Amino acid sequence: MRLDEFPTKFPKLPGAMPIWHGAVDAATFRSLCEQVGHGGGKLVALWGSDELARDAGYALHVSLITAIGMLCLTLPVNAERPSYPDLSDLFPGASRMQRAAFDLLGLFADGACDHRKWMRHASWPGSVHPLRKSFDGGSAFATETDGYPFVTVTGGGVHEIAVGPVHAGTIEPGHFRFSVIGERVLRLEERFGYTHKGIEKRFESMNLDEGAKLAGRISGDSTVAYAWAYAQAVESVTGATPSPRALALRAVLLELERIHNHLGDLGNLGNDVGLAFGFAQFWILKEDLLRLNHDLFGHRYLMDSVVPGGVARDLDGKGCQRILEALAHLQHEVGTLKDIYDEHAGAQDRFLSAGRVSPDRAALLGLTGLAGRASSQAWDLRAQFPCAPYDQLDVRMATHHKGDVAARVTMRFEEVQESIRLIRLLLDQLPPGEPCTAVGNAPENALGIGWVEGWRGEIMVALHTGKDNRIHRLHPHDPSWQNWPVLEHAIIDNIVPDFPLINKSFNLSYTGIDL
Amino acid sequence: MYQIIKQILKTGIKTETPPQPDEALRVEVRNLQEQILRHVGSALAIRCVDAGSCNGCELEIQALNNAYYNIGGLGIHFVASPRHADMLLVTGPVSRHMEIALKRTYDATPEPKLVVAVGDCGCNGGLFGESYASSGKISNVIPVDVAVPGCPPTPTAILQGILTAVTGGLKARAI
Repeated sequence: MRLDEFPTKFPKLPGAMPIWHGAVDAATFRSLCEQVGHGGGKLVALWGSDELARDAGYALHVSLITAIGMLCLTLPVNAERPSYPDLSDLFPGASRMQRAAFDLLGLFADGACDHRKWMRHASWPGSVHPLRKSFDGGSAFATETDGYPFVTVTGGGVHEIAVGPVHAGTIEPGHFRFSVIGERVLRLEERFGYTHKGIEKRFESMNLDEGAKLAGRISGDSTVAYAWAYAQAVESVTGATPSPRALALRAVLLELERIHNHLGDLGNLGNDVGLAFGFAQFWILKEDLLRLNHDLFGHRYLMDSVVPGGVARDLDGKGCQRILEALAHLQHEVGTLKDIYDEHAGAQDRFLSAGRVSPDRAALLGLTGLAGRASSQAWDLRAQFPCAPYDQLDVRMATHHKGDVAARVTMRFEEVQESIRLIRLLLDQLPPGEPCTAVGNAPENALGIGWVEGWRGEIMVALHTGKDNRIHRLHPHDPSWQNWPVLEHAIIDNIVPDFPLINKSFNLSYTGIDL
Repeated sequence: MYQIIKQILKTGIKTETPPQPDEALRVEVRNLQEQILRHVGSALAIRCVDAGSCNGCELEIQALNNAYYNIGGLGIHFVASPRHADMLLVTGPVSRHMEIALKRTYDATPEPKLVVAVGDCGCNGGLFGESYASSGKISNVIPVDVAVPGCPPTPTAILQGILTAVTGGLKARAI
């Protein structure tokens, strides 16, 4: 099948985003992935599901971005010998997703070169797979020490520095294995999975209502983006349509989330280069915004504000006014602080050329989201496939080509200003209507996909429904899957003391990929 | 430099009054010597451990460092190693993959040590509960002195939990 035929051969999923879904055989699966990979498209996510109860073995699903939208492919996988063709030669980012699919479901990527465990440490044996329906989510196994075959770098003067899982700062747990000569990093290898808390299995014990709350807690800093993606998926399978007012308010919430995360990062990046002034200033601005969130929407981080059918809380004229006033102050302050950051020789000296990912390498490795845009990867769902209300806003995507820490800092400054502009437009033309509409029941065995540009990059939620409005399988996808492997490249040839700065400039989620 | 000084002066002092300790947050009463607590209470070193959270609680712990809460101004600071710490501030639920790391961090912290569990997941396992991947609440894995509920708890609530732990069952006293 030719790639350009899929919109005519496969059905388009109902809902907000341009997404087509089709079941294919292994040859077509591989061929379509090749066409996407060679044609400049990207892999969004790869996940498996257990369809034994439907007498259909297992299934492997991938979602790909093409010029006209998302193509989601389902490949039936034989229950006796569950394997599927490897995709990591086309999309290097697929490797960890495939390893996770093996750990969780026992689906084997035929032809892949890395078959080490990824999600599994030592709290369940390799012979069992937690996302199989036959696995009881309540089972517990004796925890032993995790043995993991790190790649060893040898040669004169090379030594290893092992960092984590418990880190020096207030950040999430993960392990970094540096191979260095002196201070210079030859190789970094990441080992994650420490915060694996069984989110996907937990979803399978919930109905569509209950799932909304959990969706908002996959990665707390992106709660709005996840909740919106989940809501889109539920609305797709139930046929619910949120009012224009609800959609506008969702976009306001998403942009507020983008702003407060960017403000926090800009402060932390200042702190990491010894500019404590920057931390103090940006975190005052962030705190002001969090308090405003709490006053207007009942939660500092806007958790549970987006629900299937709309939003949990409406915004009145007074609330709009308060947001507009806060934004005016914010815009002025961020402008002043940008001038100070730009003029600060000490900060710029550390930012410039640190942790560089060239556009070529970014394209090859599939760097996505904010970090991708800092390396010329011009992908932003809000601009490319704008759903309502973004289709009315003409979102101006920021991009840079240097791909260093400085570029990722500048990206954040520019995106804060753009989000301020967007919120003003949204509040200016806030349509009337109900903040939330009723959501009906979902048919069994339906697929709904939500796809939202969060502050870090694109977040996807794939929902497979079961009987009686229950969740048969849910896969949430964080852009950190794509970007963590690229961080291993960004640090090469930099010095170890610059790692915290470079890492922070990406600010990727651990819990979002550990699930 | 002029711009920085101008901005600092314009910003002024944002720091707010800290909350009072709240005995309702205490999980376990321990008999630490009053003298030790008085000493610890005026220069407290905290080691944070994320034992499997959704990172929401981490955001609020980081916010404690901002100018409004100014935790450093109270003599409380975050340290990079458990060996330097008087207190562990732990978020949960404890994933089974973090169980060993959490126990080792606890063992590496010198006595007398205090543990504050942060967030609903740290208090009772939260939405994630106990499963093949999650050991649930923090006190399932290490002893906990004070537990602060909330999803996530506000910086004020976390600070209140920290201050409750260092008052060790004594009556609230002026900071």
